[in-house]
Amino acid sequence: MNIHEYQAKQLFEKFGVAVPKGVAVSSVAEFDAAIAQLNTAGGIMVKSQIHAGGRGKGTFTNGFKGGVKFSPTKEKAIENAQAMLGNTLVTAQTGEAGRKVQTIYFTEAANLGKRPDGRDDEYYLAILLDRATSKPVIVASTEGGMEIEHVAHATPEKIFKVHVDPAVGLQAFQARQIAFSLGFTGELFKQCVTLVTKLYQFYWEKDCAMVEVNPLLVTAEGKLLALDAKVSFDDNALFRHPDVVALRDLNEEDAKEIEASKFGLSYIALDGNIACLVNGAGLAMSTMDIIQHFGGSPANFLDVGGGATKDQVTAAFKIILGDPNVKGIMVNIFGGIMDCNVIATGIVEAVKETGLKLPLVVRLEGNNVEAGKATLAASGLTIVSGDTMADAAQKIVKLVNNK
Amino acid sequence: MSILVHEKTRILVQGITGDFGARHARLSIDYGTQVVAGVTPGKGGQTFEHNGVKVPIFNTVADAAKQTGATVSAIFVPPPFAADAILECVEADLDLAVAITEGIPVRDMVRAKRAMQGKRTRLIGPNCPGLVTPGRGDKSHGGCRIGIAPGYIHKRGKVGVVSRSGTLTYEAVWQLTCKGHGQSTCVGIGGDPVNGTSHLDVIKLFNDDPETEAIIMIGEIGGNAEVEAARWIKANCKKPVAGFIAGATAPAGRRMGHAGAVIGGAEDTAEAKIKIFRECGISVAETPSDMADALLRVWRG
Repeated sequence: MNIHEYQAKQLFEKFGVAVPKGVAVSSVAEFDAAIAQLNTAGGIMVKSQIHAGGRGKGTFTNGFKGGVKFSPTKEKAIENAQAMLGNTLVTAQTGEAGRKVQTIYFTEAANLGKRPDGRDDEYYLAILLDRATSKPVIVASTEGGMEIEHVAHATPEKIFKVHVDPAVGLQAFQARQIAFSLGFTGELFKQCVTLVTKLYQFYWEKDCAMVEVNPLLVTAEGKLLALDAKVSFDDNALFRHPDVVALRDLNEEDAKEIEASKFGLSYIALDGNIACLVNGAGLAMSTMDIIQHFGGSPANFLDVGGGATKDQVTAAFKIILGDPNVKGIMVNIFGGIMDCNVIATGIVEAVKETGLKLPLVVRLEGNNVEAGKATLAASGLTIVSGDTMADAAQKIVKLVNNK
Repeated sequence: MSILVHEKTRILVQGITGDFGARHARLSIDYGTQVVAGVTPGKGGQTFEHNGVKVPIFNTVADAAKQTGATVSAIFVPPPFAADAILECVEADLDLAVAITEGIPVRDMVRAKRAMQGKRTRLIGPNCPGLVTPGRGDKSHGGCRIGIAPGYIHKRGKVGVVSRSGTLTYEAVWQLTCKGHGQSTCVGIGGDPVNGTSHLDVIKLFNDDPETEAIIMIGEIGGNAEVEAARWIKANCKKPVAGFIAGATAPAGRRMGHAGAVIGGAEDTAEAKIKIFRECGISVAETPSDMADALLRVWRG
């Protein structure tokens, strides 16, 4: 689960991680009061709150450029915020549709410190799971404010990593290693050790999937601040963090994905025109692959899980048909333990209930498959049967492409 | 032989009194698997009965193992308690803990895996279909089925199968069985980011197993486990290997049911993994329908 920047920073503050002072609001009427709480002497940052990166370089569908704006005065800040709030921001990560900005975050603009070469004094810090070692890893770099993938590729020697032993947690010497690796001395060294320690505590206690601070900034006054914050949580651990669940913003999630989750379905929309309905995540992914392999284009990932009851299949069909791009459906079920005839009956009922008119190819395999195929054949519906995954994929691609 | 488990392996089921655990305990008993004990804290002394088989229930794994000689556990307990269940197997010094449970918090698994270091118990999973060593009876009856795989699709034979995904494993097994080729052992290692046994661990076991003559390795986008295994195969494996990678069409950064299937580094994509498979001499299945055929292109059976 993802949260907004302002929510992440509120959590940072609770854990003692320094951030610029800020106020988040969701209506124009609140702008004045919000800005009144800030020290505006150094200017104000106006930041669109959406769950996607690249906000600063994004463009609104109304033509306004920049989802994050420095504003020297209160008046300019309000003008910028009005151009953002309620409008749709398109960034490199949102896709063409963009995201509607429903919250504005005003923060005090930090007075950027400078390095000897004139660059802003920005760093990178992140904590996440290292799958190769099954341990949390702290990643730090002196090259903040840019894309870390680029830094890792171009100058891998500027990326520092410290693995934390989960048996004992982060040790003081490890926090010092990070601070040394970033070149800090004196007061800043102490601030960095404290910040890394608190940030790790937050990551661990709140079951974060990832915590990323980019940039971590040194101000002209010599203060270390988390200027931006990206935080995501482990969905599996949400049951023990009701305070985190309360931060969920359904506006940021796909309505069809939310609907699917109510029926125990895992659904992700894609750009193609052949929908698929499959049991099991691995099989669902490879069904998308085989559709593409034979010249088609998958419209979605849809895993009905182990059950595939009539209600689930009906709900799945309704969700699939809610996508206007869909021109055909491929059902691929390996009924290992489930009775294929039960599934076939569910499909027939779902087709009747939804009044499906699109081409439908069904590939059933497994337990009681002959009875299942007979049920499909006897239904009077135009359901095409596929013997193997390859056969079914070729048939649906042909039916859709020849239309 | 087979790997990890065989027809006579005595297994216990943690969570045997829950719906999920009970259902699959029955199916394993029907398959002819030696289900000798159940564990549900607080229900020790009760009995689980199915088709005339009486399975005693114990309060602790240690008691169950001591009283019945069980050496392997199938774990069906709910996610908040699953890591605890795994560590109970470690404490009881079992050979193998197979965690079927889906949805265990990553932090719990990070701690559990660390606590298992240096201990003799091996973990398979979590979030996995389990493993099957097929039997020699009708529809492979009499085998050792631990987890949730359908037993009857198997056939005893010479191919080892290792995969992260459940249904994709069944697909490969069924293709082999339909073409008359049986399996030595089929292992589902699970799709979670932190798991007990890797592709490579299983490949090494297959390489050392005299009964296994050929291997199918099924992977996904995300992580580098398949790449690690492929490079080892190139340098060390004496047996023909076929491979498939799911997720060529998955959009970057999206999680597709398995936490494993999130695109990250340079060798994470399906394209990169398939390229490395080819470089390492693995016969690549172009589509999931082609898994058995891909193996038969490099192995006569």
